Amino acid sequence: MSLILLRFLPLQIFINNEWHDSVSGKKFEVFNPANEEKICEVEEGDKADVDKAVKAARKAFELGSPWRTMDASERGRLLNKLADLVERDRLILATMEAIDGGKLFSTAYLMDLGACIKTLHYCSGWADKIHGRTVPMDGNFFTFTRHEPIGVCGQIIPWNFPLVMFIWKIAPALCCGNTVVVKPAEQTPLTALYMGSLIKEAGFPPGVVNIVPGFGPTAGAAISHHMDVDKVAFTGSTEVGKLIKEAAGKSNLKRVTLELGGKSPNIIFADADLDTAVEFAHIGLFYHQGQCCIAGSRIFVEEPIYDEFVRRSIERAKKYTLGNPLLPGVQQGPQIDKEQFQKILELIESGKKEGAKLECGGGPWGDKGYFIQPTVFSNVTDDMRIAKEEIFGPVQQIMKFKTIDEVIKRANNTTYGLAAAVFTKDIDKALTFAAALQAGTVWVNCYSAMSAQCPFGGFKMSGNGREINLKIYVQVKCLKGFFLYLFIFF
Amino acid sequence: MLQKLSCCVQNHLYRPCLKHCAPVQAPEAPGVPVWLQPGFQALQGPTGTGTASSLALRLNAVLLFSLQIFINNEWHDAVSKKTFPSINPATGEVICQVAEGDKADVDKAVKAAKAAFQLGSPWRRMDASHRGKLLNRLADLIERDRAYLAALETLDNGKPYSVSYLVDLDMVVKCLRYFAGWSDKFHGKTIPLDGDFFCYTRHEPVGVCGQIIPWNFPLLMQAWKLGPALATGNVVVMKVAEQTPLSALYVANLIKEAGFPPGVVNIIPGYGPTAGAAISSHMDIDKVAFTGSTEVGHLIQKAAAESNLKRVTLELGGKSPNIIMSDADMDWAVDQAHFALFFNQGQCCCAGSRTYVQEDIYHEFVERSVEKAKSRVVGNPFDFKTEQGPQVDEEQFKKILGYISTGKREGAKLLCGGNPAADRGYFIQPTVFGDVQDSMTIAREEIFGPVMQILKFKTIEEVIERANDSKYGLAAAVFTKDLDKANYVSQGLRAGTVWINCYDVFGAQAPFGGYKASGNGRELGEYGLEAYIEVKNVTIKIPQKNS
Repeated sequence: MSLILLRFLPLQIFINNEWHDSVSGKKFEVFNPANEEKICEVEEGDKADVDKAVKAARKAFELGSPWRTMDASERGRLLNKLADLVERDRLILATMEAIDGGKLFSTAYLMDLGACIKTLHYCSGWADKIHGRTVPMDGNFFTFTRHEPIGVCGQIIPWNFPLVMFIWKIAPALCCGNTVVVKPAEQTPLTALYMGSLIKEAGFPPGVVNIVPGFGPTAGAAISHHMDVDKVAFTGSTEVGKLIKEAAGKSNLKRVTLELGGKSPNIIFADADLDTAVEFAHIGLFYHQGQCCIAGSRIFVEEPIYDEFVRRSIERAKKYTLGNPLLPGVQQGPQIDKEQFQKILELIESGKKEGAKLECGGGPWGDKGYFIQPTVFSNVTDDMRIAKEEIFGPVQQIMKFKTIDEVIKRANNTTYGLAAAVFTKDIDKALTFAAALQAGTVWVNCYSAMSAQCPFGGFKMSGNGREINLKIYVQVKCLKGFFLYLFIFF
Repeated sequence: MLQKLSCCVQNHLYRPCLKHCAPVQAPEAPGVPVWLQPGFQALQGPTGTGTASSLALRLNAVLLFSLQIFINNEWHDAVSKKTFPSINPATGEVICQVAEGDKADVDKAVKAAKAAFQLGSPWRRMDASHRGKLLNRLADLIERDRAYLAALETLDNGKPYSVSYLVDLDMVVKCLRYFAGWSDKFHGKTIPLDGDFFCYTRHEPVGVCGQIIPWNFPLLMQAWKLGPALATGNVVVMKVAEQTPLSALYVANLIKEAGFPPGVVNIIPGYGPTAGAAISSHMDIDKVAFTGSTEVGHLIQKAAAESNLKRVTLELGGKSPNIIMSDADMDWAVDQAHFALFFNQGQCCCAGSRTYVQEDIYHEFVERSVEKAKSRVVGNPFDFKTEQGPQVDEEQFKKILGYISTGKREGAKLLCGGNPAADRGYFIQPTVFGDVQDSMTIAREEIFGPVMQILKFKTIEEVIERANDSKYGLAAAVFTKDLDKANYVSQGLRAGTVWINCYDVFGAQAPFGGYKASGNGRELGEYGLEAYIEVKNVTIKIPQKNS
């Protein structure tokens, strides 16, 4: 199947609506994490290719260019068109996503592609609705603001939701009239490249979207250090987030938005609906093999229901069928690559060593591919590594708490602040936690509820800026003009 | 060919360009005679034998949709069983009979709308983004049937087909798409209320909205009304003008096809004093939106006050000043002033019907305006060369001719036109009056026809005062190259829209509405949504407030 799909797919660098080999002539291999086999080779972008792409993007952004002179509503039309094309090719894209990213096909088709289409529609609607203001300034002046696109935006996206992250980045940027240079993750470049051909088909002018597959230390660093990139948006690890900001500071002070890691608390009170809480806590962690920045990886359960909650969580985790993500009935696919696979296993070991109780799972699965058994730890304490570090795998930590004050303190005691949740039927508790938790998103009686209409991003070291928030892609220009009351003589 | 036509729209060339848009033979689909295909007649234009009348008759044969009352996504006869004729203004001939809605039909429609608006109904539970999707789908369907709808509009209203197709239909589609985008973006707020409370607002739909629309832009006014109402989740009972019910009824089919739940949109063709009055005085209608004459606007507001204090938005008449300063680009100003008045046979509420020209360029301006008016092509609206079709009906036709004779009697100088332009149909010659004084009837009342009034002024203060000396305040324009003059005049004019160096520039993004007796409330833009929501404040006691 994968071979057939490859026929549709350009495996080069997308610049100026054209396909290019890398300047260096290098290529890199892309693997299927379910069987560790090579899928194909892709042109490897580096600094020279980023330079080419930035040049194209800069040209497309020139005053008077087709892109700059285009009606805002027409930008919206193009995004809508792109949404239609994604919908048309939904099956192809979902299949690629499953093969390249180890994502369950059904999930890719329904959730990922659904989110992509909706996000494109959503942003398309904003294109002609981002209003500047007229300002009643003191004195004889007339003042207004224009919301102008920032310019050339570098966008570096991760491998866990390759297509969704691609859309989250390009849709608001294009909606506001920017041009972009996107670097997809080296693990999962395929759907992004396919999007290149759809972007061309939709009718975006050349140079508006440029896609450079490659590695972080080379292509990624070239983007974040580039003197002619006006803004960089990055989704990935907190470690790399720091490098990006540093590079921006060292180069041209480009605007930076970061969406980084998390260790999100999920707080379950005894008065919560237990079935709902167990299910959401489970999905909140195990969704997509635990490879979510928002994973609810610290589950705080109130003392009276702790044992029952643990029992049911184990029962739920044991129900899994692992296997080829393309097959129906499979509920968990492989981790993305060997590096992640080994890191997760190492953290599981640390959990065992530090005294957490391994309730189920705890090891690899199968003899091929990067599969890990669904793993549940109970009796986890806050000082353990598995309670502090982002595991990014199917490993659930369940902790116990007694009082509200205690759990607020413990939940916030982390360098991260991406998401949090509370399960309770009590309106006072719910609203108290909504205010007290230091996180960019707080869910009440649900988890992972996300949609294009809601902003998303982190407190503290989980990043800065919010995505699906157009404010980060415009800059406000304040214009003041003399307004003379002196009468003009004719 | 149809796709190619859009090139003219994109270039803001609101007429077919000869390069792409010359009439061509429509492709033959198996089983359907060419001349029965929607839009074909219109695209053919008049042939040697094809008069407006024969085209209309042929189009008659393709009225393949119901001409009844649309309630609950179904078609109903009027309760009274009455019908009324829809007339082709180019010939005065009857096109067809349409079911005539009255109070009993309005009651039925309101009942259906209320049911569709009940808590827990499919419409109330629908994702906001899905409402947007349905509106986008409606736009797609209108785009699909664009040529047919444009032909229908021309047949029923008399406006040139090229204008229907390029201007009206283009704006209809864009308007629906614009509001589709708003459906999941019109945000409530969370509010830092004093004390230990959590406070937020919800933007909730008002409920059952009565919408009464005019005949001058039947489809566009329908889109202006439906777009914001449906984006925000309301249900609608719409009365379409008795002069032009056809295109709206065709759109009703598309509304059903797009997948709006039954009862969300209900459309009643009928008359103002009966169906319109029933809507505005209905106890179960939460809001009424009306576009039409100031005279009827008064009645609507009164009816709302006397019944249930329903919310009222009105978009009424105008006598909009268009001020030409002597430093303006003369060619452009003459061109735009002509367009401002004569567009759509002068049947625009925002028509620039008081053209104030500064003294030192007055004579040249008048001369060139007359020249331009004389060259305006009046005739069969299906002819691509035609710039001006007939007025919408006999009543308007007579009223306009009446104003023209009043103008002559009161001493204005008739420079061209002034008479009917054909033996039959409601055509009027493009007419220009010079030396018009502010006190004359033609300078104070809305004529709603192809009759241009040119007035002279000396100073900027004088012209602002004169321009504002009107009970209306819908639109205004100023032509000047001077930044300070432009700013000064645009601040001084009491009008809902001020155009600078342009006229009649509309986009779904920009609000439109009137000061003073030109109405209240605004349509289009984000402002246009405000009329269709109730703001609900929810305040919750919490144990402890934190910033």
